[in-house]
Amino acid sequence: MSAQALVNEGALRRNRRVKRLGGLGLWLNPLVAYFFLWAPILVLVLFSFNQSKSVASFTGFTLQWYSNILNNVVGAESAFSTELMLNAFRNSLFVGTIATAIATVLGAMIALAMARGSFPGKRLLDGLLFLPVVIPEITQAISLAIFFKVAFDWMHLLSGERMFPGFHTIIMAHVTFNISYVAIVVRARLADMDPTLEEAASDLGANPWQTFWRVTFPLILPGVVAGALLAFTLSLDDFVITFFTSGVGTTTLPVFVYGLLKLTVTPEVNAISTIMMLLSTFLVGISLALQGRGASQS
Amino acid sequence: MKHFLILILAALLLMPAAAQDDMADWSCPEGYAGQTLSIFNWSTYIAEDTVPNFEAACGVTVNYDIYESNEAMLARIRQGNPGYDLVVPSGGTVQRMAEEMLLIPIDLEMIPNVANVIEDFLAPAFDPENMYSLPYQWGTLGVGYRIDAFPDGINSWDDIWAHAGNIAWIDDRDAMFGIALAILGYDPNTTDSGEINEARDYLLEHGGNVVTVAADDGQVLLERGEVDAAVEYSGDISQIQWDCECEDYAYVLPGGVGNVWFDNMAIPVDAPNPELAMVFMDYILDAKVGADLTNYIWYASPNQASIDSGYIDEEILNDPTVFPPADQMASLFVIIDKGAEAEQLINDAWDELLIFLGA
Amino acid sequence: MPTALWLLVFFVLPLVIVLVVSLMSRGRGGVAQLPLTLQHYERTFGVFSIILWRSLGLAGLTTVICLLVGYPLAFFISTRRRRIVQQVALFLVILPFWTNFLIRTYAWRILLGDEGTINGVLRALSIISEPLQLLNTQFAVLVGLVYGFLPFMVLPIFASVERFNFRYVDAARDLGANETRTFLRVVLPLTMPGVLAGCALVFIPSVGAFVTPDLLGGTKGLMIGNLINNQFGGSGNMPLGSALSIVMMGVVMLSLLVYVFGNRRQTGA
Repeated sequence: MSAQALVNEGALRRNRRVKRLGGLGLWLNPLVAYFFLWAPILVLVLFSFNQSKSVASFTGFTLQWYSNILNNVVGAESAFSTELMLNAFRNSLFVGTIATAIATVLGAMIALAMARGSFPGKRLLDGLLFLPVVIPEITQAISLAIFFKVAFDWMHLLSGERMFPGFHTIIMAHVTFNISYVAIVVRARLADMDPTLEEAASDLGANPWQTFWRVTFPLILPGVVAGALLAFTLSLDDFVITFFTSGVGTTTLPVFVYGLLKLTVTPEVNAISTIMMLLSTFLVGISLALQGRGASQS
Repeated sequence: MKHFLILILAALLLMPAAAQDDMADWSCPEGYAGQTLSIFNWSTYIAEDTVPNFEAACGVTVNYDIYESNEAMLARIRQGNPGYDLVVPSGGTVQRMAEEMLLIPIDLEMIPNVANVIEDFLAPAFDPENMYSLPYQWGTLGVGYRIDAFPDGINSWDDIWAHAGNIAWIDDRDAMFGIALAILGYDPNTTDSGEINEARDYLLEHGGNVVTVAADDGQVLLERGEVDAAVEYSGDISQIQWDCECEDYAYVLPGGVGNVWFDNMAIPVDAPNPELAMVFMDYILDAKVGADLTNYIWYASPNQASIDSGYIDEEILNDPTVFPPADQMASLFVIIDKGAEAEQLINDAWDELLIFLGA
Repeated sequence: MPTALWLLVFFVLPLVIVLVVSLMSRGRGGVAQLPLTLQHYERTFGVFSIILWRSLGLAGLTTVICLLVGYPLAFFISTRRRRIVQQVALFLVILPFWTNFLIRTYAWRILLGDEGTINGVLRALSIISEPLQLLNTQFAVLVGLVYGFLPFMVLPIFASVERFNFRYVDAARDLGANETRTFLRVVLPLTMPGVLAGCALVFIPSVGAFVTPDLLGGTKGLMIGNLINNQFGGSGNMPLGSALSIVMMGVVMLSLLVYVFGNRRQTGA
């Protein structure tokens, strides 16, 4: 009897120890995960202030690399200049803005049609909308590259005019991968919406146009804005698809950064990375604050 | 009165000097202001102020993009020129592009500075009438290495193959195969599939210490300590030797086996602004501009006027890495166009090499 | 429907063209020409199969590691009681993700290099005397992929844990189930949709990764995405590049079928 009790006691103690270990694990895992997520970024920031060009050890604090960027004296390689970087940034904003505008309209339209209409081929369209999200980036990139080449060759044959890839091809490519993201976000919003509101509006004598602008649109607006923000972010961050569809003088920021990382790794790269991170943190902060305010208002 | 005479005399004496000075400073022909020139050039292959000075002189805007291999540039132009006015292919690639009608003939009348080019560099075998190309710079492909990693130096390619540390090769398939073929005793420009495959197997067998096949950034890997030696172009290694102001790096053509290449300015088909491209060619062939190029990127100049004028630093003119001595030149091989079939053989063999190097 | 038309022209048509090109012969300069041939598929499943398998293996391993790290992390975040703590915990996962992908990947070059931070620290602590070869290995690619795609795993699981009603756990306990059983029988099945979505979102971009192996892999970490890129660049063989992408897309579609099937079984159960 007492032996049995002892065994029980032992089992209980072991159980408790296991539980404590498990609890520790549950704490340790997130700690390790956060360390893993943040260590590279902290190292990058740290070495952007390092005096030596080497990344092996921290030899002293300097703002040299930052001032180099601001003063445009990075001359070790002509591939880098502040002017070129700002130019690439402008190109990114330009592409992002136009692609986002088009994709948002097209994406919101199809989301509405899918949610409200019923038409033949709806299931097929559903799948078609889903595909661009899951297809490997590089597949989409080369398919667009070949497509534009074939299209330009045909146009050349037919009209004798030679077209060049450029902002228009990048924008078309960005719109294509962005439509699906916008549609998904807007649909999620539509799914949460009460359809009786629209019915009530039309019962009260509003025509479909009025119903849309006065009832539906204000209700889905947060979804549309969220979708547009997502599209804009994806557009700003895209490298692979832009790389394959770009022309001459259309270098976007990610393409510019790739060139820097690949061919001319100077300490300024760390400084630029740090600045870019601060910038995106700032933007995320603003958008979160806006969202928070929107949520508390509604 | 006497003073006045002296003044006139002085003015007369000074005039030719002033005029000569004007001649040294390249001036842009009229009528290009506001136009755009799009250049597609190798990475780390132009002086800091070459493009800005040209923009200022002509009042034009220059788009400047870079590539890392002849093949990468060629692929871009073959897929339909995206809008470049000027590219810088090596000799064999000029021949290849001309054959495929990917280049536009140039008008030598528009380029008076052709007179500055060293005579031997005019009418080369790959473009016998300078119909499509004019020389830009030239150099060799060998090995840049950290001296402390090779205490006995590098005397042959075997020293590279057998090295215990990390090595970087370069994404220049013709040159890499050429080296293996030369070591095996074959023609570096062979079109024989058996010999090409033998070269592939030779490289595979000796590539155990290769951590990366660099995209013309071997000198950066060397500088960062990621590799002990990198197969690279001469000037890229000279650039880091000069940059670090140290004695840490050396460049060698192991056992005299290496590649000598001649890069040229050419105008790709469908170029939007070929005329401005020719103006730029003239600008590059100016004695001072050409000298600045060599002074900055440490490649050899094909420009007699640059060399004679004394614009090129003495130190560079006497550097055997930049201007290899004649006896060394004799043992190096030049890449020529091997025709479509051999090109495909080499491309396939290169793909297989990349796949199995890391396997 | 302008949107459907747009997708047909800029999404479906290009993919159809890729399929057609993959069946054509290589002409001079790598362009496609007649006659039709299956030789590029033979090559894809021939010499290129090593890299195909490596890509699948690395992507699979990335998914498993992301799941093992991401699941507890998502649980940790969603079980924070104070809302502000939860938001900060979530924010700390998302924020690195908002940094440009290229830069996040490049940061690992600094950490993993022979003279990089990790080797530097290990040497300073006299744990090693010679630097470890970390960069330009498959290990480096794996780390880069996990780092790049971990948030894709955490967020869907977080969403499903958020929806999970913890009273089920109490109920299972009351009915005498131990912790392991409770987890396997109650918690896991109910959060399965998030797990499946996370796995799909990590696996798919990992298979086709191009930037990560390009910056971290060297010769040993070459993946299928690099070879596809090569065919459109230096190696100039569009039909072969197209065949490689079609095969890769097929693999992705297969894994999606598994996802849809798994999801249906989940929701059906």
